[in-house]
Amino acid sequence: MTPRKGLNRRQFAIRGLQLLGASLLAGCDALSQRDWFASMLERAEGLTRTVQKIIVSRRALAREFTDADRSPVFRGNGTINPSEPEYQALASTGFAAYRLEIGGLVERPASFSLTELRSLPSRTQITRHDCVEGWSAIGKWKGVRLATLLERVGVKPAARYVVVHCFDALKEGGDKYYESLDLEDALHEQTILAYDLNDERLPLTNGAPLRLRIERQLGYKAAKYVRRIELVEGFAAIGRGKGGYWEDRGYEWYAGI
Amino acid sequence: MALPERRIYRHALPTRLSHWLTALCLVVLIMSGLQIFNAHPSLYWGERSDPERALLRLKAVETTEGETRGITEILGREIDTTGVLGASREGGGELEERGFPSWATLPGPQWLAMGRRWHFFFAWVFVLNGLGFGLWALVRGHLARDLWPTGSDLQGIARSIVDHVRFRHPTGAAASRYNVLQKLSYLGVIFGLAPLIVATGLAMSPALDATVPWLPGLLGGRQSARTVHFVATFAFVGFVAGHLFMVTVTGLWNNTRSIITGWYRIRFKGGMDDTA
Repeated sequence: MTPRKGLNRRQFAIRGLQLLGASLLAGCDALSQRDWFASMLERAEGLTRTVQKIIVSRRALAREFTDADRSPVFRGNGTINPSEPEYQALASTGFAAYRLEIGGLVERPASFSLTELRSLPSRTQITRHDCVEGWSAIGKWKGVRLATLLERVGVKPAARYVVVHCFDALKEGGDKYYESLDLEDALHEQTILAYDLNDERLPLTNGAPLRLRIERQLGYKAAKYVRRIELVEGFAAIGRGKGGYWEDRGYEWYAGI
Repeated sequence: MALPERRIYRHALPTRLSHWLTALCLVVLIMSGLQIFNAHPSLYWGERSDPERALLRLKAVETTEGETRGITEILGREIDTTGVLGASREGGGELEERGFPSWATLPGPQWLAMGRRWHFFFAWVFVLNGLGFGLWALVRGHLARDLWPTGSDLQGIARSIVDHVRFRHPTGAAASRYNVLQKLSYLGVIFGLAPLIVATGLAMSPALDATVPWLPGLLGGRQSARTVHFVATFAFVGFVAGHLFMVTVTGLWNNTRSIITGWYRIRFKGGMDDTA
């Protein structure tokens, strides 16, 4: 009889542990749903940003690699071919009619065709793209510095953020993709609007005709299919107010880690 | 006749606090870490993640009969791990593609954004707690007095290993001190494994990499850092398993009480003057 009793006790202990584990898990999942708890966790983002801004100098450059370091295939993630009729119409003519509009808090709102953008001074950089999911790819980007464009249109003193509006919605008929960055990152040397990837025109899957490259943050900040740029004082009135498509869905606005 | 015994104050308050905070952080960090891992359940070496060069991959495949199987691919070898790795059931439902099962991740359902929130919040607690404890241990002499192995400790390593294997644990005054294997494993974890996990975690930050490019460079790249972060975490889990095992076999209640209240009971085999 004794062994059976022991077995029962062990079974009892295992059941107990399972129950305890399950209720702890359920508790944690319930906590994740609570606003106060989520905003407590979010405080870590502010701490991370503050500390990283202290440690990482404004001018620090992301590492630039050589041609040999490039990924054989540069993966396209998220939207890989926007279905929006307006976008498809532009794409069918090789984006000949495309114009990048820059507006909002600027002195001289302007728009640029791809030919005009290509005639401006360019920057080429071979950098590593780090996705929030965990993968990395290395590609050679060529484009025009965002700083060059902002200089042309003249940023008004009240402007604090650059909002990048995109053509694509991740789900058909859903919210359009957008992103925002502060002026420090916007004026950074490696922040460019890329029109070439690996010495060829930016492919559809990687954000044609124009994508943002912001090299010191995660991939979701590097918005693809850029449609227009807007300078703003704050982004509370845009989308759901968190400063980007993924930010509106719980991801950090500061994506330095 | 009952052996004579004495109670000693074994663990100072900062040790106890830091111990339990670390335990809490580890549980949350590992589970939220697995949630993050699940967003791309593969590991690589170097800077890039070329799909065909994965060292480890958890995936789901569909058999010709239309059945879902979970596969763990390590260095090109495939192991069927259905139900746990690659494909598992969430809440008793259908088999779904999933790196680690929902009972091992925080939150349970696939929710990368929330997993990151948990992870980075508790990463800060883990780091600040570790720094605080390290500083306290250094300044107040805990490190030099209790953790740093002495010359005779090191000479006795072989004997200590044999003793451990034979489950012969110190009694008397010797039980009031950490033995040499304890000292080395605690030092290894506090000053080796934990900093390595933090450093490899930071090496995945694109912002920090811009400032300290040598950090991922040390390991040959960001994807290597991610792999080491993962492996070192499982080494930490291994330490915890060994730790819990030793805690259990050397007196579960006495050990648990001492890490909660500080007080630890020592039995003397040959009377109070046994100072072996």
